[in-house]
Amino acid sequence: MAEAQLSEDRASEVMTVNIGPHHPATHGVLRLVVDLEGEVVRDLRPVIGYVHTGIEKSCEAQSYWKVIPFVERMDYVSYFFQMEAFCGAVERLIELEIPPRAKYLRTIFLELNRIHSHLVWLGTTALDLGAISMLWYCFRERDKILDLFEMATGQRMHTRYFQVGGVIEDIPLGFERKLRAFVDDMPVRVGQYEALLDRNEVFLSRTKGVGIVPRERLLELGVTGPLLRAAGEPWDLRKTFDYLAYPELDFKIPVGTVGDNYDRYRVRLAEMVESTRIVEQALEGLPAGPCIADDRKYVLPPRSELPTSMEALIHHFKLVTEGYRVPPSEIYYAIESPRGELGCFVLADGTAKPARVHFRDPSFVNLQAFREMSVGGYVADMIASLGMLDPILGGVDR
Amino acid sequence: MPDAPGLELIRGQIELDHPGAVIDTSFDHERAVLAIDPSHLLAVLTWLRDAPGQEYGFLSSLHAADYLPAEPRFAVHYELLNRDRVERLRVKALLGEPASPAGGAAGGTAPEEASATAGGGGSPAARGPAGQRLPEIDSCVELFPTAEFQEREAFDFFGIVFRGHPDLRRILLPEDYVGWPQRRDFPVGGEPVTFTYNERNYG
Repeated sequence: MAEAQLSEDRASEVMTVNIGPHHPATHGVLRLVVDLEGEVVRDLRPVIGYVHTGIEKSCEAQSYWKVIPFVERMDYVSYFFQMEAFCGAVERLIELEIPPRAKYLRTIFLELNRIHSHLVWLGTTALDLGAISMLWYCFRERDKILDLFEMATGQRMHTRYFQVGGVIEDIPLGFERKLRAFVDDMPVRVGQYEALLDRNEVFLSRTKGVGIVPRERLLELGVTGPLLRAAGEPWDLRKTFDYLAYPELDFKIPVGTVGDNYDRYRVRLAEMVESTRIVEQALEGLPAGPCIADDRKYVLPPRSELPTSMEALIHHFKLVTEGYRVPPSEIYYAIESPRGELGCFVLADGTAKPARVHFRDPSFVNLQAFREMSVGGYVADMIASLGMLDPILGGVDR
Repeated sequence: MPDAPGLELIRGQIELDHPGAVIDTSFDHERAVLAIDPSHLLAVLTWLRDAPGQEYGFLSSLHAADYLPAEPRFAVHYELLNRDRVERLRVKALLGEPASPAGGAAGGTAPEEASATAGGGGSPAARGPAGQRLPEIDSCVELFPTAEFQEREAFDFFGIVFRGHPDLRRILLPEDYVGWPQRRDFPVGGEPVTFTYNERNYG
């Protein structure tokens, strides 16, 4: 299947076809220049940059706390992860410890966001493979997550919930009950998705044995995340590096064996269940206490203090107008996003604005493996492989 | 991460074979950083990747930064990772800005004509705007294939030429774009948006 051969005696002719940048199957504004021999992909060049918006440059003109909404809009499906990468990097630069409750709350929202991101992936990719009903089911559950985001943060997307020092507000009354209902519901839903797809003849023959790239090659290409784990490499930054509440929680890292598109699908589905377990445990062990650090040099004072305390008013004024200064230094801080290693490099030059904010976006790096996933296969499988690669073009182009 | 003494050990071992390769080491925020001379880049990266006891086999990220007004001005960062020991090590190749064609001393790197060495393709985009010399560094795509897109990105935004890169073209910006927008002396903003009422002025 993956190595389709054309007979030698037929007149072969290579045709170069342009797909995209505006094409529903490219999951964004991705342009593919594909050399086809009949239906077989012989070569492929991704052309990117169509949604480049210069976010990294714009960040250099903002004070640190104003950067957060910018970086959220890079990978628009996993916005909490960009926030965590940036806030975590700045917290390490100014050596600000965040309170335990904030760590747990961040973990909860990151994992909800991971489920959300995988749901969007599953819905759209299954749609590419002809399973249109999956889109409705996945977006039904996705909507519940967005409802939770809206309840806690006021926004459904691009929430600006994480702040340097913690999270902006504690979760509201009733949030826990709603989240618990979701957590109970989600594994059942994942089981239903599996029931729809796992024994679906069309889905199986479209995914099994397709798009295999050896594990060693994936590592050379810098691929991380579910793609790498599907090839049998149990590498997950949540386990290997110590950040947020992950060291205190019990969860497994699903891995695949063959590394084909079917394994990629299985790994992501299993990850959704594991993320649900993480959310459940984090909610169970949610410590009491403040949800944001109490360092008035970096963190806004509580609203209630403003009418009575002159100190608080001064701090508030200074933070909002000028922002805080970060001593000259630089850092690279990486976390596990739904697509792999999301790294944030922040260079501080001593002023209230960062001198450079760079994101190592996993979609951008993973896209390099796409050529090897597709060459030698059919053009229809190329579309399936692209879906399984799960690039978010906002993150690729930044 | 290698700890501070471990970092000095690495420095000592590199200095044995390549005297002058390591310019500085630092250990800020528990992150080990090895600042090196770009002329020894490939030797250092190869050693870190292959030498027993080092084996930093995974390049997580490659990015450039502009330290204006510091000298040397640019740096290319290589975030290396050893996945068995879970250790990160940043190699930072300091890269001066070549002197203008009018003359003067070149800052650190060989003052070669940038356009002559810009990859096999000899793409017109690899040349800077009129007579501008670009800083150059060896490409590490042979060692770490993952660097291909990221080196193109660094070239695109900083005008750093990676010698020996298989396909050094702009990646995110349009191919006919002029300038290196992530440099600190490049202003933010600037392209007028055409609306119907101002179409005559800009259209």
